[in-house]
Amino acid sequence: MITKEDVEHIGWLARIEISEQEKAEYMEKLNSVLDYFGQLDEVATEDVSPTYHVIDLHNVFREDVAAESLPQEKVLANTENKQEGAFKVPRIG
Amino acid sequence: MVYENPDGVMIGLEIHVQLNKLKSKMFCGCSTDYHDAEPNTHTCPVCLGLPGALPVLNREVVKAAIKVGLALEGEIAEETQFHRKNYFYPDLPRGFQTTQYDYPIVSKGKVVIEGEDGEHEVGIWRAHMEDDPGKLVHIGSIEKSKGVLIDYNRSGMPLIETVTAPDMRSPKEARRFLDKFRNILEYLDVFDGNLEGAMRMDANVSVYGGTRVEVKNISSHKGVEKALLYEIMRQKNVIRRGGEITQETRHFDEARGVTIGMRTKEEAEDYRYFREPDLMPMKVSDWTPKIKETLPELPDAKRARFIEQYGIADMHAKALTSKIMLADFYEGVCKKGTDPKQAATWIADVLLGELNYRDLVISSYDGSTIGCINDKDHSIANSTRVADMVDLVALFTDGKISDRAAVEVIRTILDGEEEKTPLQVIEEKGLFKAEDDLVTKAVAEAITENEAAVQDYLGGAEKSLNFLVGQVMKKTKGTADAKTAREMLVKELKG
Amino acid sequence: MTAKWMSVAEIKQKIGESSAEEVTADYLEAIKKSKINGYVTVSDRALEKSKEIDSEGHKGPLAGVPIAIKDNISVQGLPNSCGSRMLENYVPPFNAHVIEKLIEAGAVILGKTNMDEFAMGSSTESSYFGPVLNPWDLERVPGGSSGGSAAVVAAGEAPFALGSDTGGSIRCPASFCGVVGLKPTYGAVSRYGAVAYANSLEQIGPLANNVEDIAVLMDVIAGHDARDSTSVPEEKTDYQAALKDDIKGLKIGVPKEYFGEGISPGVEKAVWDAIHHCEALGASWEEVSMPHTKYALASYYIIAMSEASSNLARFDGTRYGFREAGETWHSLISKTRAEGFGDEVKRRILIGTYALSAGYHDKYYLKALKVRTLVKQDFEKALSKVDVLMAPTMPNPAFKVGEKIEDPLALYLSDVNTVPINLAGVPSMSVPCGFTDGLPVGLQIIGKPFDEPTLLRTAYTFEQNTDYHSRRPPEVA
Repeated sequence: MITKEDVEHIGWLARIEISEQEKAEYMEKLNSVLDYFGQLDEVATEDVSPTYHVIDLHNVFREDVAAESLPQEKVLANTENKQEGAFKVPRIG
Repeated sequence: MVYENPDGVMIGLEIHVQLNKLKSKMFCGCSTDYHDAEPNTHTCPVCLGLPGALPVLNREVVKAAIKVGLALEGEIAEETQFHRKNYFYPDLPRGFQTTQYDYPIVSKGKVVIEGEDGEHEVGIWRAHMEDDPGKLVHIGSIEKSKGVLIDYNRSGMPLIETVTAPDMRSPKEARRFLDKFRNILEYLDVFDGNLEGAMRMDANVSVYGGTRVEVKNISSHKGVEKALLYEIMRQKNVIRRGGEITQETRHFDEARGVTIGMRTKEEAEDYRYFREPDLMPMKVSDWTPKIKETLPELPDAKRARFIEQYGIADMHAKALTSKIMLADFYEGVCKKGTDPKQAATWIADVLLGELNYRDLVISSYDGSTIGCINDKDHSIANSTRVADMVDLVALFTDGKISDRAAVEVIRTILDGEEEKTPLQVIEEKGLFKAEDDLVTKAVAEAITENEAAVQDYLGGAEKSLNFLVGQVMKKTKGTADAKTAREMLVKELKG
Repeated sequence: MTAKWMSVAEIKQKIGESSAEEVTADYLEAIKKSKINGYVTVSDRALEKSKEIDSEGHKGPLAGVPIAIKDNISVQGLPNSCGSRMLENYVPPFNAHVIEKLIEAGAVILGKTNMDEFAMGSSTESSYFGPVLNPWDLERVPGGSSGGSAAVVAAGEAPFALGSDTGGSIRCPASFCGVVGLKPTYGAVSRYGAVAYANSLEQIGPLANNVEDIAVLMDVIAGHDARDSTSVPEEKTDYQAALKDDIKGLKIGVPKEYFGEGISPGVEKAVWDAIHHCEALGASWEEVSMPHTKYALASYYIIAMSEASSNLARFDGTRYGFREAGETWHSLISKTRAEGFGDEVKRRILIGTYALSAGYHDKYYLKALKVRTLVKQDFEKALSKVDVLMAPTMPNPAFKVGEKIEDPLALYLSDVNTVPINLAGVPSMSVPCGFTDGLPVGLQIIGKPFDEPTLLRTAYTFEQNTDYHSRRPPEVA
């Protein structure tokens, strides 16, 4: 069971602001989903290795060749918040 | 003599080295040559983290990591892979850093340094590959900043992070480790340490076996030494006053020379590491033998060879091999037939001393010339040619110029506005040693022309001899050796 | 005659007789009259592009053929909203690999299709741009998350479309809208330029009115791409060559777990009829068991949400997309993410964050990956005995708009038959195989890795001998 404090903590980790009212809602809905996930406890997996990738590829590399970058105006085209060629945000913390 | 380490100091280091000699970034084709560029001109969908863009690993990053691993006498992993380290920061365009977690490419290495009490081994826990975040410029100070400007040119630069065991027992040992470590990496030719941000360090330190404190993001070796000196003093005083050392991350204020506790975050970070699904695992341990073959001679081996091959003192061999470019320069001079011992003295003692005095560091060697830059402002300084060093040592050993004149030549080459050969400098400044008969003539003239002074001297006034020596120097325009002139005068007057 | 509902071959013939411009105009006209909210963006350049194709005399395999693109696949110059307020005004400065291939082939991009926000959903109701309606019944959902792509194909607003499938997002709407959809083998189609929801699970794939057009599209978009490290460097497959009306000797496995409780009788009957039809065409079938199927759903959602929590971290309003004001950067991004993401996206990010967090990583994430191994082994075992597996794509036909929106878990449960395929990375198709209460039913055909040719041949044969694929939704006809 996750608590209201857990919801707060997860919200902070995920940087999603959650209002007081939402906390209760999330608590309920998250718990019902996590409760469902709990059924995996029934599966014996002691000797099972995890599958991270379904394809058996390794050593996928590119060669060290420089290619053209995007022009600055295209890089900054999707934001209004820019100054002197840089992205601009308020102070951090 | 055994170093007692009275305060039980234990220092560990984490060093980020940027592989800035590669042509392209870690996961995309953007050029690594961004240091003098306008902001956000060396970026693409991949290193900007635009939705949908995917990383593909630069093969040379892996090769460089293996090289570093071998040079640190570490083990190269059979299988290795990347993880995501999830956290939010404006310099991190994807909200995670691509790094290595439980399977780093290098583990269990070591570096031997000149410790407080002779040779001292520093363990290397691991070295792994990761990508560099972008660069933040705070408008105003960090605390009172009005805003932050973000430049992602650095984003996606390949880094190797090396983590040492807490084996260093003093700030001096930490400094020595860093000097040696950087030297090794320069030998490997995987990075240019003179570029901004090429090497960034975190230091952790504890006293009396207590709690570790981490000092983050220090940009110079000197800075690490200073930060540690301050931090050790701070910790000792906290304990002396009956306080407790809390586990924390501190920031080093280079200007003030103090460490400052960073505001504690409201909650602890949780990086939620998991394997990067967009990158496949690597099985590269079979590259090791081939890379080993291409590994250059490393500092310790070169130092031993210099002693053996050139018959020079260990002190000189150590100084000459402290930088690959200097070692190559020295060998370049020796190859031209210069006496290796003389070359060692003039390069290790004189040239290096003059460079240090001027805060110059060697930044390049192209086979005929070493280039230097100013360590403080990174301005380009005068270069020194192999041919000039060869000529200079020859002029000295042939007795054509005095040792003082030779030093003068080196200084003039380093400080002069125009590029000149030693011969040009000597001629212009008239630094050739005076011929013996010229001195004899000057001594005779000085005696006959200054009877009063001669009488005074013979009457016991030693000072008058100085006057006569001065006269000889004047007549020879300073080319006479003052000591020789004095001896000749005494011999002439007192028989 | 309008180009609406024509096959690609027919469209090419029509272009030869008239022009690409006329064909594109026909589709733009159909889009104008649309009742289903299938497109988020209709391209201003489509008509222009078709004229260019005409004047150039483009010889590509899709010269002048219009196509619709799911709004999570980057097309340079068109917004790539992913059905989210977060990316409403984000215009990518680059093309996805599949888009480059389509442009090379001469295709004309009609626009970007509506979808569940960030591809998280099975109903296309979670789009910031409003729900897509099912052309067969405008009160019902089209399925999701590629609901827009499936619906516009079914409604004759595009001859075919690209979607993406993380846990059924192509097959589910194909089934609900009565069109054909293929989720290719993981690694067969480059993901470069497709906005990631869950990278280890998803593939881009085609939706069309018939099997042949699926193969035509696969021939254009599939193949190795060096920009996607998970793209498999297999030899190029000739998908159209697989289109043979012959399944004699084909061995079909029927996994009994896919006919579990909650399956609608109409769906069950249509699927069994299809299997028996295949038998009549010379195939044989046997029941197979895939015992870990019941755990696939939990495993899938844990993995997908975990990966999503990290993939969606980049949406912070700093460089592009929606941005809410904040005094500090951390408060700015927390507010931006609270306002920019919809409820379902936030739920999945939060659960994924939890599943990866200290103390829970092993219980949820690692456990899910281990169960994934068992699910994958089920497929390997079953597919070692048979050529293909057949099952219902969805246990039920399209449900009503709003019916499941308040109960996320109920919505997740409807993906029970599609998610195991993504866990295993195998290819799977949904083809129309009948109707129940006037709503289409999809037959799911699942194959071995990179054996899309056998899937296509099976689907093609079934299609050649049935007429479900040629029925049109009456409300939009």
